[in-house]
Amino acid sequence: MFYREAGDFKTTYSDDSQTFPLQLDRMGYYAVLAVAFLVVPFVIDDYWATSVMVPFLIYAIATLGLNILTGYAGQVSLGTGGFMAVGAYATYKLTTSFPDISILIHIVLAGFITALVGMLFGLPSLRIKGFYLAVATLAAQFFLVWLFNKVPWFYNYSASGQITMPERTVLGQLVTGPSVSAPAKYLVCLVFAVALAWLARNLTRGMLGRQWMAIRDMDIAAEIIGVNPLKAKLTAFGVSSFLIGIAGALFFAVYLGAAEVGEAFGINKSFLVLFMVIIGGLGSIFGSFAGAAFLVLLPVFLKNVLVGGMGWPTDLAAHVELMIVGALIVFFLIVEPHGLAQLWRLTKEKLRLWPFPH
Amino acid sequence: MTMQDSHSLAPGRHSARTTTPGPVDQGADVQPYVTADGRRIGGVLMDLRNITLRFGGVEAIKNISFDIREGEIRAIIGPNGAGKSSMLNVISGFYVPQEGEVWFKGFRRGPMRPYQVARLGIARTFQNIALFDGMTVLDNIMTGRLTMMKSNMLQQALWWGTAEREEIAHREKVEKIIDFLEIQNIRKTPVGRLPYGLKKRVELARALAAEPGLLLLDEPMAGMNVEEKEDMSRFILDVNDEFGTTIALIEHDMGVVMDLSDRVVVMDYGRKIGDGTPDEVRNNQAVIDAYLGVAHD
Amino acid sequence: MEQLLYTAEVVVNGLMAGVMYSLVALGFVLIFKASGVFNYAQGVLALFAALTLVGIQQGQVPFAHLINAITGSHLEHFGWTVPSLLAILLTAGVMILLALAIEKLVLQHLVGQAPIILFMATIGLAYFLEGLGDIMWGANVKSLDVGIPQGISETAEAWTAQLTGYGFFIDRLDIWATVIAALLVAALVAFSQYTKQGRAMRAVADDPQAALSVGISLRFIWIMVWSIAGFVALVAGIMWGTKSGVQFSLSLIALKALPVLMLGGFTSIPGAIVGGLIIGVGEKLFEYSIGPMVGGATENWFAYVLALLFLVFRPQGLFGEKIIERV
Repeated sequence: MFYREAGDFKTTYSDDSQTFPLQLDRMGYYAVLAVAFLVVPFVIDDYWATSVMVPFLIYAIATLGLNILTGYAGQVSLGTGGFMAVGAYATYKLTTSFPDISILIHIVLAGFITALVGMLFGLPSLRIKGFYLAVATLAAQFFLVWLFNKVPWFYNYSASGQITMPERTVLGQLVTGPSVSAPAKYLVCLVFAVALAWLARNLTRGMLGRQWMAIRDMDIAAEIIGVNPLKAKLTAFGVSSFLIGIAGALFFAVYLGAAEVGEAFGINKSFLVLFMVIIGGLGSIFGSFAGAAFLVLLPVFLKNVLVGGMGWPTDLAAHVELMIVGALIVFFLIVEPHGLAQLWRLTKEKLRLWPFPH
Repeated sequence: MTMQDSHSLAPGRHSARTTTPGPVDQGADVQPYVTADGRRIGGVLMDLRNITLRFGGVEAIKNISFDIREGEIRAIIGPNGAGKSSMLNVISGFYVPQEGEVWFKGFRRGPMRPYQVARLGIARTFQNIALFDGMTVLDNIMTGRLTMMKSNMLQQALWWGTAEREEIAHREKVEKIIDFLEIQNIRKTPVGRLPYGLKKRVELARALAAEPGLLLLDEPMAGMNVEEKEDMSRFILDVNDEFGTTIALIEHDMGVVMDLSDRVVVMDYGRKIGDGTPDEVRNNQAVIDAYLGVAHD
Repeated sequence: MEQLLYTAEVVVNGLMAGVMYSLVALGFVLIFKASGVFNYAQGVLALFAALTLVGIQQGQVPFAHLINAITGSHLEHFGWTVPSLLAILLTAGVMILLALAIEKLVLQHLVGQAPIILFMATIGLAYFLEGLGDIMWGANVKSLDVGIPQGISETAEAWTAQLTGYGFFIDRLDIWATVIAALLVAALVAFSQYTKQGRAMRAVADDPQAALSVGISLRFIWIMVWSIAGFVALVAGIMWGTKSGVQFSLSLIALKALPVLMLGGFTSIPGAIVGGLIIGVGEKLFEYSIGPMVGGATENWFAYVLALLFLVFRPQGLFGEKIIERV
């Protein structure tokens, strides 16, 4: 009754192709943005920033990236962890080599570097498909992690083999390092997440997005109607890795502060992000955020309930979490392959008719 | 099926079509002319010369030559396994023949990837529908405009200037095709949910969106009921009439083929056994043998 | 000469390691052939089997940690031990039950889905089984001993010393693994070629719908194949577990079976064997020759990069069938 499309007429094609065709949706979106930018920074504390909001925003960026590759272009990748590592190490090398240049620029540059690496590892996608490709991307994962582990130049020959983020400021405000404030961390991640989501949305609704989806749905037909598969697949790998690289950069620079590559960017990271894509919804921008939120909140929730509430040992809770995540993946693939995003759409459909469903 | 049971699906057009004398020579210097119903048949648009296509040891197409003239509807018929679809795949660049030459618009076409062929203005539909199931009807048809889009990635990412203008300009073109094929009401429906007949129509729309110089239809009426066939025939004739699009089609329904086409190529076992107007083909002994199943020597 | 002998020793050890990879790869091929499922969980199946075997052998109470956490009890062991052979049989039984459960709860609901969806479902399955294994039997590293001899084989050393003047270091476990793998492959080939169920299995692999239409029960075949794959995983788990202890990394080592498959082709049993051997030898040789120059531990990625390069030039693998694309 309140959520409806009746009376919301479109008179131009540009109105019709906008992101939120319904006025109510549009208002909801602006409201969320307003709260995120104007309210949350003033109320956020350290606990919420470090255990919920910052990881959520960073994973949302990574999930967006993988979703472009897997959900839109149909190329499954298990190399996400490795590509995040590229973003992190690129940021580290850049900011230690050119400390005077803004860290924001370095993070974006790190994204471009990751895009190049991603395109390189995406080249085989022209010859191989499906899970062959998925396994091939494992090569990227294992090789990159090994590379950052074994070549001292990447970690500036530090004794521990770790990379540690020096303190950097944006507009006079500290954004990295151990003593950075919760709102600063949060805002940096939020700005990147919102801007990148907007870019991703534009790309996916335009011609490039259609090419990706065409390749995903039927690659042979796509080529026959004029999609250049080389270009479509490589741009998908490039854009996807760009986002993942930025996520990796933020993960290291803002969230962790110090990182050891095998631990921070191992194969489990690749799976975690893939799971966020599946649970959130393949081929959905909103789903990328939903999936990231879900899998960031789940362990926090379980930890509070099982360990905090029921006094279980932490390792047992971690194992229960593994089972729940695994079962959820299977569940979503069986029941709703389009994930939370589709559930959200269905809820809205119902709301449109509520309370008079007939 | 015999050649005699053809029935008219497009009344009024039938006589005009089938009595038109179509030149059957393979030379490039054929003269343009106007058919009795006012359509202009031009010079040779595509010329296939001595095409041979092999899969391993199997010869799917054996030394076939024929041409397609501008503005005409050219049918390729033949029993199952005759090599018709392979022929269409050669034309659309999906298969590269081992021998022979493909000439298009007066130029010899070198070995090309299929997407490059699409950019020459050759669009097609598929025997087993090849739509993009995860996308809406509108998006599917928009992909047909792909070869004409010019905005770059950065512009698209920022949804700035050219990108948005272009999107809207192409959307207008696509809406015309949607109107033309009468599929306005399913614009925003994901293709995967559509019934078979509508999918075929959307596929035609996607091919038309490319404004092709040569439109290839691979069994556009397979699996349709009589009503749907009539609709599809009407659309094909209208496309040919209104846009002047040259069409090459494969079809099993002889009635449809004889009604629609200006000239017919008949294939059997990878060979060409007949070529000419529907009437000529109908009376060709080799063609009758192939369809009635005379033992091969 | 010396150098050559060292290299030969590396090759022999690589071959032995390759046999281990082949063992895991075999399970992948079986399931892929019969159900088109690329079973990422095969490695975790091996881990799960090994964990269960150790648990049964040592008389652990399953879910002890969970029960303890909920009820506050202090369960740990039943206080008995089970002889190895019986424990293996019981574990095989557990693997069959697991196959039943997987078919019932997962596969049945995913019939006809795109292969990549099935693949991702098995990744979920892998996580689930890993958690389950840990909860049932605890996550600590366990040593597994079912009576397979270990340590350097003096016979082999003496024999090679006599032959070449240099005694090769070969682990007896590796020799056993090779023998067992050979027996297993022979048994599997015999099963699929000469029994009714084997024929049905191949029919399903070829064309599930046609198989259904001649009265073959897909359910039965799937359960059977997953049981067999579970058994193969058990054998692999025993070998790996004996060699390096039963722990999580076992499922990661088993990931190596993936590049093995990419080399060998997903549908070929001989491919799995040869692919395993190539990867085994290749990575040992690479580590031996190039490794020291680049900081070592190249075994982490060598197999994948080799498979990747190989795939770019021959996408269907060594023994896979050539793919002809049609429209």
